[in-house]
Amino acid sequence: MFSGLREKVGQVLVPGDEFCLEIPETLSLSEPMKPEKVLLGPGLKRKGDRKLLVVKSGVLRHKQPHVFWVENQQRRYVPARGETVIGIITVKSGDVFKVDVGGSEQASLSYLAFEGATKRNRPNVQVGDLVFAQFSVANQHMEPELVCVDSAGRANGMGVFGAGGLLFSVSLGLIRRLLRPRSDVLSDLQKLLPCELVVGMNGRLWARASSVQQTLVVSNLLQSCDTMSPPQRQQLFRRAAQGAL
Amino acid sequence: MSDSKLSKNLLRMKFMQRGLDAETKKQLEEDERRIISDEHWYLDLPELRARENLILEERSLVSCEDLKYGRFSFQGFNPEVELMVMMNPKEEEEDKQEEEVSCMQLDVTDEEMALRYESLVGSMRKKFSRKRDQTSEDVDIKRVFLKPQD
Repeated sequence: MFSGLREKVGQVLVPGDEFCLEIPETLSLSEPMKPEKVLLGPGLKRKGDRKLLVVKSGVLRHKQPHVFWVENQQRRYVPARGETVIGIITVKSGDVFKVDVGGSEQASLSYLAFEGATKRNRPNVQVGDLVFAQFSVANQHMEPELVCVDSAGRANGMGVFGAGGLLFSVSLGLIRRLLRPRSDVLSDLQKLLPCELVVGMNGRLWARASSVQQTLVVSNLLQSCDTMSPPQRQQLFRRAAQGAL
Repeated sequence: MSDSKLSKNLLRMKFMQRGLDAETKKQLEEDERRIISDEHWYLDLPELRARENLILEERSLVSCEDLKYGRFSFQGFNPEVELMVMMNPKEEEEDKQEEEVSCMQLDVTDEEMALRYESLVGSMRKKFSRKRDQTSEDVDIKRVFLKPQD
């Protein structure tokens, strides 16, 4: 049904490209017809009933059985539901915190959305704290909302953090490369030195190592390997392993 | 008798319908059912399924690329984070294999545990058995009456 899309997997697409989903020509009367579904990830939008429109420029990727998306590079983050981000608390007003996530507007975080928080037992959150939270509401019509607790009520690593580390920002492409299932960058960093890393999908990274110099080394490495090819990056990591430490 | 003089309710009564054809009876029944069912709200599933769009949109990359969770700790820097990462269930087969390998590198392997448990069960049982049971366990001779030797 979507053979036109399948042909283009791995090729570069430009905004404005259209795809038409074909209806199968031969309908079998004996078997019940099961229409195949298509799941469009970021970069592809539905236009009308059976047409697709490409809205971002990049390479078309495919995952079995029927997921398609466009992989592109950008620095600007657009909030999406279910993504975990690093936010900075800016305003503490009554029951709600305002959090800066790098999007077009600030997200709201309720004080009850922390693990073990009740009306009497408020979480210890101050203005300027770093929080690792996930979006519960994020669309173009409403103000984004964050929660620091998952659907079962457990924190699961989310919440306030950040004593003694460094926050810096990178492009979204590097974030994706770090969070992939078998990430080369992450395995290189693992061999280098003991450190702690928090990756926010809004392009923000927080790193902490045992001394200030090591923390700076880690942050510089990550920021510079953004635009490097894999051999260059491995050479850089080797130099850092020999030299700085 | 003409139809206009009789009311609809009267015409709907059973004794008035005995004389009608089967077809007109069915039509009247359908009309009644339609009046009742118009007031009830229901989901027309086959129609909805036919109209359901085949194209679904998803805004987030997390499910597309199977991205991992965002907290990492390397070489034991933050034990809480490492514990949390281990507690979360891993779905990929490769991760399962890696877990098996890492299990082998722990202090005690499975074989050693099995050997230890074999001896452990016996010793624990002895600890909680009483004196009577102890003697009866050790001595396994069939008791026969012995004549007193004069």
